[in-house]
Formats: sequence, C-alpha cells, structure tokens
Amino acid sequence: MNRTPAITKPRLVVIGASAGGVEALLTLLPPLPEDYPIPILVVVHRPPRGDGMLQSLLSSQCALRVKEAEDKEDILPGVVYLAPANYHLLVEPNFRLSLSSEEPVNFSRPSIDLLFETAADACGASAVGFILTGANADGARGLARICAAGGLAYVQSPSDAQSDAMPAAALDACPTAAELDLQGLKKALKNDLPVTLQ
Amino acid sequence: MRMPAEMREEVEMSLLLEAILARYHYDFRGYSIASLKRRLKQAAERFDSGTFLNLRDRLLMEPAIFPQLLDYLTVQVSEMFRDPPFFRALREEVLPHLKTYPSLKVWIAGCSSGEELYSMAILFREEGLESRTIFYATDIHSGALHKAEAGIYSIERLAQFSKNYQDAGGKASLSDYFTAAYGNAVFDKTLRRQTVFSDHSLVSDSVFAEVHLVCCRNVLIYFDKELQNRAVGLFKDALVRRGFLALGAKEGLHLSCHKQNFAEISHGKRIYQKRG
Repeated sequence: MNRTPAITKPRLVVIGASAGGVEALLTLLPPLPEDYPIPILVVVHRPPRGDGMLQSLLSSQCALRVKEAEDKEDILPGVVYLAPANYHLLVEPNFRLSLSSEEPVNFSRPSIDLLFETAADACGASAVGFILTGANADGARGLARICAAGGLAYVQSPSDAQSDAMPAAALDACPTAAELDLQGLKKALKNDLPVTLQ
Repeated sequence: MRMPAEMREEVEMSLLLEAILARYHYDFRGYSIASLKRRLKQAAERFDSGTFLNLRDRLLMEPAIFPQLLDYLTVQVSEMFRDPPFFRALREEVLPHLKTYPSLKVWIAGCSSGEELYSMAILFREEGLESRTIFYATDIHSGALHKAEAGIYSIERLAQFSKNYQDAGGKASLSDYFTAAYGNAVFDKTLRRQTVFSDHSLVSDSVFAEVHLVCCRNVLIYFDKELQNRAVGLFKDALVRRGFLALGAKEGLHLSCHKQNFAEISHGKRIYQKRG
C-alpha cells in the first residue's frame, strides 16, 4: 500500500471525552485564538436530553465560535462543532457534517468511534484525534482508524485523567499515540498543530 | 491527502449502489455517505462478503437477500412520541389550526415500523380529529411497512414509550391503547382504521395527494443536500396553502433551497408552515 508522507497537514481535529470531559475541554479550548486554522469537532457523552448548557459554557470561555453541529453544514475553520445530544456526529467525504439517529454505539449516542472513523474515512492522514478522560472504551476503535490512516493521535495520560478507562483503552488500541497530560495536549493543540500548516 | 484505501472503498460503494439501482430499482446514490457506508459494511459482514464488490456480486446472484439488505440500507430506529416537546407543540400549536378543516389528510413520510404513525393517531384521537382524518403512512421498505401495519412492539420498549407519552401531554394512559401479549404490546387496531399504508420513495416517486400535515422526522438526515431538497420540494407541493411540515429535532430548512416557502412556527421545534 502506498503510504502518504509522514507530515500531512492537519485538516480536521476531532476530540472525544466522557466523564470529566467538560473540565478537560475548558482547559484545551479557551486558549485557542479566534482564527485557529483547523476546524474542531467534539463528542462529549452526556444525557440524551441535553439542553445546550455545554455550548453556552464553552462559548462564554472561548475565543473560537462554539456551536452545535447541524446536519449537512460545511466544516469551517474558526469553529468548534459539538455533537448534539442523542445524535451521532459524522464527517462526510465532501467535508460536510451529518447527523444520525441510529442505534447507540458503545452504549453512547453520540459515539466517539463513529465521529473518529468517519473523520478518518473523509480526511485520511489529515485527521487528528484527541481522546480525553472518560469511563468507558468509546473512541479506542476510532482513534485506531485515524492512526491506521496515517493521522496524528493524542491521548490524555490515564494518570492525569479524571477517569482513566477511556484513555487507557485508546492507548491499548493505538500504541503509537502521543500520551500527554492536559498541559501537554493544550500545547500540542494550540502551538504544534498550527505550526505544521506554515 | 487521503489514503487510497478509503478512496477505493468509496468507489466500490458507488458501484454497489449502481448495481442495486439497476437490479432492484432502489436509488441510494443520494444518501449521506458516512452513515450509509457504515451500515453497508455491517451488511457485508452479515452476508460474509468482505468487500462491497463481493456483496454486489452476491446481490446480483441472490435476489432473496435483497429484502434483508434493506434492513441495513434504511434506518429503523424510532420511538413512540419521540421528542415529547415536539408532540406537545403539535398538540398545542398545530392541531388548533387543523381543527378548522372539515376533513384532514396527514402524510407520515418514512414511517418505518410505525411508531410515529401510532403516536399521531393517538394524538388525533385525543383531540377529536381522528374520524375526519386520513393518514398516509409511506416507506420504501415493505418489511417495515408490514411491521407498521401489525402495530406490535416489544413490551420492553413500552416503558420509554409511556414516559414519552406522558411528557408529551398525553390525556390518558398509553396502556389504554394496547394489550400485552407474549412479551409484546399489540396496539389497538382501530388506531389504524383511518390509515393507508403505501410503498413510496422520496427519491423517485412524486406527490400522490394534497395534505394538511407532513410528518417526516429523522429521515432527511440520511439524505445528502440535493436529495433533501427534492424531498422537501415534494412536501411543499403536497401541502395545502398554510399546511404544516414537521421535521426531526435536528433537521431544519435554513440550508434548504425551499426555505423561503416556509415559516418556522414554534421556535426550535422544527415545525414549519407553508407560506400562503
């Protein structure tokens, strides 16, 4: 199989988190400038009838625009898209978002695996995945797909995470992922990834 | 830069969809790719085919498996009274308008196994509109339509259905509308005496009646933008002047080429009224 070159410019960042994820996102996202060049898609597990609290919380803290993802909208830089409660968030090959009300995956809807797998399909080596704190194994398969497609993978150190199960499962599935604490992930997201675009 | 593997898979998938169209006259080429691809992968696994091309070859040889494949091509996840605030808004904000008509037609487009139909029939009965209403329940999947006509659901799902019904402002108890038998809830067959079940495709068929309300929830998200526009165009043409269109909680018209033909009533509930 032909491998694409090791350095591929990142085109899409996908982030998955569960238990404790909101605090972790509040560390990672607020430092990013409003013209951050890579679109960011986020799945956080939450109750089926979520009410936009997460969006308003992040919006109030972030320079980036934070919005709930809408079906068939174009994916643009400068925006953080949140998976709506009770829907899967997927990436279409034409770089649009789509939503799905299919069965939960890993007991989760939205499922991190589905977002990550479709991001890998749509973007190949230019997808970048982050798995943060969480109490189940959702996201491990998806992150492995991103790795297999040649994309970059980052995992919060289980010892640094509020819940270690999700990052531990991701590291098992994807041993080449960079394991960093939240401060390290923050630096990678804010400084390292944009540099590769220059 | 995308990997050749993903691109090859996508090409194979489009060849599979072309074969399904040529052989079985079902057109899935305008569906959202990400979700369809995942479901087709599950189907390839289920039919021991490995790749989309093997699945295509098997499908061409064995017509008997096509109905089973439809279970993968269409999404049949539903609940009765799903999104209770929507049904409450329908009861409080749309039905008062509909009560002004001497007779009514309601189109449940993509009714799947009927959860939405029975929810609607119960709502119309409780609001005294049932006897003057004809419901058209349509889907492309005949297996799902048979389930809808049977109106039998696993009793395990009824706790959720009942909670939704109460949250939606139900006036009685959901158990008034079904009898429990052998682990199933069998819904009162008089709930469907006003219903016409029919095979209808939003992809390839045209308008078949003039209706006052179209309910098509969590169907359009499985279509790409162009096919969404076609479907909404059908709804627009089917609706009477100032008729109502109800979409899923995360489906809107603001990206649609038909948005100027509709006004959203009940902000955020995704209920639209065709402009006069």
